Amino acid sequence: MKIPEGEYKVGTDEDYYVRSGVWSAPGCHGSGCGVILHVKDGKMIGIEGDEKNPITKGRLCARCLDMVEYQNHPDRILYPMKRNPADRGKDRWERISWDEAYDLIEENTKKVREKSGTNNAVLTLGGTGREATMFYPVISFADFQSANVAAPISGDSCYGPRCMVANYLFGSGYPEIDSAMFFPDSYDDPRYERPEYIIVWGSNPLVSNPAGYFGHQIVDLMKRGTKLIVVDPQVTWMGSRAEYRLCLRPGTDAALALGMLNVIIEEDIYDHGFVENWCFGLDELAERVKEYTPEEVEKITWVPADQIRAAARAFATAGGTGRNCSIFMGVAMEMQIDAISDIQAVLYLMAITGNIDVPGGNILGPRASFTGRWRYDQIKWVDPNDVAHRIGWEKVPMERSALSNVQSDSILPELELPDDERTVRMIWFNSCNALVCMPAEPQRWIESCLKMDFNVVQDLFMTPTAMALCDLFLPVATFPEHDGVVQVHYGRHTPYLAAEIKACEYGETKSDLQVAFELGKRMNPEAWKDWDSLEKFMDDQIAPTGLTFDELRHKGLHHQENFHYKKYELGELRDDGQPGFDTVTGMIELYSLQFEAWDEDPLPFHTPSPYSSEANPEYAEKYPLVLTTGGRKYSQFHSEWHQIKSLRQIDPWPVMTINPETAEKYNITEGDWVEVFNHLGTCRLKAHLALTIRPGMVHSTHGWWFPEQDGEAPNYFGAFKSNINTLLPNGTIGRLFTGAPYKSMMCDVRRVKGLDQD
Amino acid sequence: MSKNALLINFQYCSGCHSCEIACRNHLGIGPDKWGIKLTQVEPFEAHEDDWEWDYIPVPTKLCNQCQDLVKAGEKPACVRHCQAFCMEYGTVEEMAVRADKLGAKTAIFLS
Repeated sequence: MKIPEGEYKVGTDEDYYVRSGVWSAPGCHGSGCGVILHVKDGKMIGIEGDEKNPITKGRLCARCLDMVEYQNHPDRILYPMKRNPADRGKDRWERISWDEAYDLIEENTKKVREKSGTNNAVLTLGGTGREATMFYPVISFADFQSANVAAPISGDSCYGPRCMVANYLFGSGYPEIDSAMFFPDSYDDPRYERPEYIIVWGSNPLVSNPAGYFGHQIVDLMKRGTKLIVVDPQVTWMGSRAEYRLCLRPGTDAALALGMLNVIIEEDIYDHGFVENWCFGLDELAERVKEYTPEEVEKITWVPADQIRAAARAFATAGGTGRNCSIFMGVAMEMQIDAISDIQAVLYLMAITGNIDVPGGNILGPRASFTGRWRYDQIKWVDPNDVAHRIGWEKVPMERSALSNVQSDSILPELELPDDERTVRMIWFNSCNALVCMPAEPQRWIESCLKMDFNVVQDLFMTPTAMALCDLFLPVATFPEHDGVVQVHYGRHTPYLAAEIKACEYGETKSDLQVAFELGKRMNPEAWKDWDSLEKFMDDQIAPTGLTFDELRHKGLHHQENFHYKKYELGELRDDGQPGFDTVTGMIELYSLQFEAWDEDPLPFHTPSPYSSEANPEYAEKYPLVLTTGGRKYSQFHSEWHQIKSLRQIDPWPVMTINPETAEKYNITEGDWVEVFNHLGTCRLKAHLALTIRPGMVHSTHGWWFPEQDGEAPNYFGAFKSNINTLLPNGTIGRLFTGAPYKSMMCDVRRVKGLDQD
Repeated sequence: MSKNALLINFQYCSGCHSCEIACRNHLGIGPDKWGIKLTQVEPFEAHEDDWEWDYIPVPTKLCNQCQDLVKAGEKPACVRHCQAFCMEYGTVEEMAVRADKLGAKTAIFLS
């Protein structure tokens, strides 16, 4: 179906096609993928890729392609429901109206505020990948006027730390690889030059499409000649196509990056011009990396010294081609104990090779823009005294928080306080299936959340979290069911905006923005007084583009105008318009003055993972297998899509990947059910034998629950049967309260008869 | 009369399953049937530090080469939605020329 330029809808009132850009719901990182939706008699019956989209050019992932099944699934919840708190864990939901839902919210908020004597009695929890990410802070700050908001992942080990460290060292937003996303003509723009090498560090972007980066753009670049260096404990498909595979020990990324910095500095193959003019602290960094020789780093990381040398040289010299290189960073960089050092060292690889803001390099922009900035400004609605006494305030200074959220590991200690000492009495689960995804030690979460007076959940299907804990269920609109703005990288690196366009209406679902807006109009109308409609709000949000939302709707996708490379030369990175970077020194800080001011080490260094043979040989004797977790799959988005037949068929069971040599020692064969365990918990998985994982290490999938099982207590859709988070510790975190060993734990394994049989 | 063929440059097939689902959507089949099915040569080290690992989608007897789309000037559903853009469609002769240019790890399927 072809939709004319400047239009977004064709057909009759009963049978029409709508061109839209995708974000959420369902959960997705939102690249604004171009789709054409077919709606007939009010029902969505078809989806196909929009070839006019400059990024996706007609292609779609398996999840978008399965959207018709999702959209029309009989188990989707389309109306608000309430349940008596005494019936938590029972399938005793009663349909209500939105008015009654909002009444209940107001009533219960009032009660918990009175009981605790503060607005902080309400805790809002967000997840990832839904446009909710833009609005859950707003629900907390503007609507509930509570300082207690979080995306409850231990060590806040997702995305935020990369933004925080880039902020301090580069003074900028997120440094993403250049794949011509700023150009309407894409790779054909005369200004664009593809990178010679991309280091894909701790990410599987073809599968995960993280933070709004459409992963297969990297395949586009490979076909144009770009070579890969892949840093991953396992050999991935990208790794099989890479020039260099650095299969490191989980949790040793800082050491590897320091080893590469050692080679580049000692062999004098860094970009002298860029470093001398635009970087501060090379001498100090050079001194620090001296001890991280490739031979020393091999001992720490298990990556051979000659591989470290070869990869570092290739990246620094671009194979002598004169092209630039870039680094694609992933969440594995945060999911280790010293996320700060790891991220810092990788950013320094970009900096000392001069690959900053150049064609094919890592592109910089403002720290936050559009709704990305506005959402955090809303903290102005919270009483300063409440901000000062938010969860974890005794230990965590506000300015060290990556996202103005409370520090995630401080939440359990608060929730576990006795009733008369606790502040939080109500939890709003905005976009977080907390019992199966995100928090470590979910077995403690379910117990403590059950003590709350009132819990609300926003979701699309019944989940373990909703069934176990919540008293009010608010149905979320899918992306075909609401208007919205797609902001790549949540405003921290936004080459373009796209319009999600409402194509149909199902039941009484509402988008995350709509709920934030309506709730706000009731609870704190002052915060929303400038807007009498959602469209007016969206108009304002995108005003810097010069477009209204309706104009964006017609246009589909709008590129940021006036993009330049080397913005640091043009004065476009600093508020005062001067050349340079928005840091204390005006330069990229290879030695961080901000960290020094906080009495932290201004330079990166290696810290052994706390649960490793290096740091804890006794523990390693008891639980001898290195455990890494959470490799992404095409068939799921975290804990979502499990009930969708076509996708469940691709990955029907939670899997443990194990090397055949190790499997043999444990008498495990392909397809056997196994139980991995450590001192914290157990998790049942199906064994898959693979040569791509080294002996002595296992990988477990994450986010697993079983929608086809009994949802009532105590089974909760099997939420605790294959839940790898039960083996992960709360509160084992790194410097600046950042980083946690999600991907570098230890465990042992035994064969069992089945998911439910020993 | 020339036959038509599907070319897969499986050097770049990332195993994303999009072709399977796009095809099912178009034919209105599944989840127990496939018009194109993803197969895999599971990874092994062919030489030291040199890995063999391929995904190759194979059209089945249910593939009708999306003749309705092709006649309307559009690409077959699998070709259009392939995330790696590694699939092409045309006459056998055209695809042979393309395969010669693309080189190793290219397959041509007739159906």
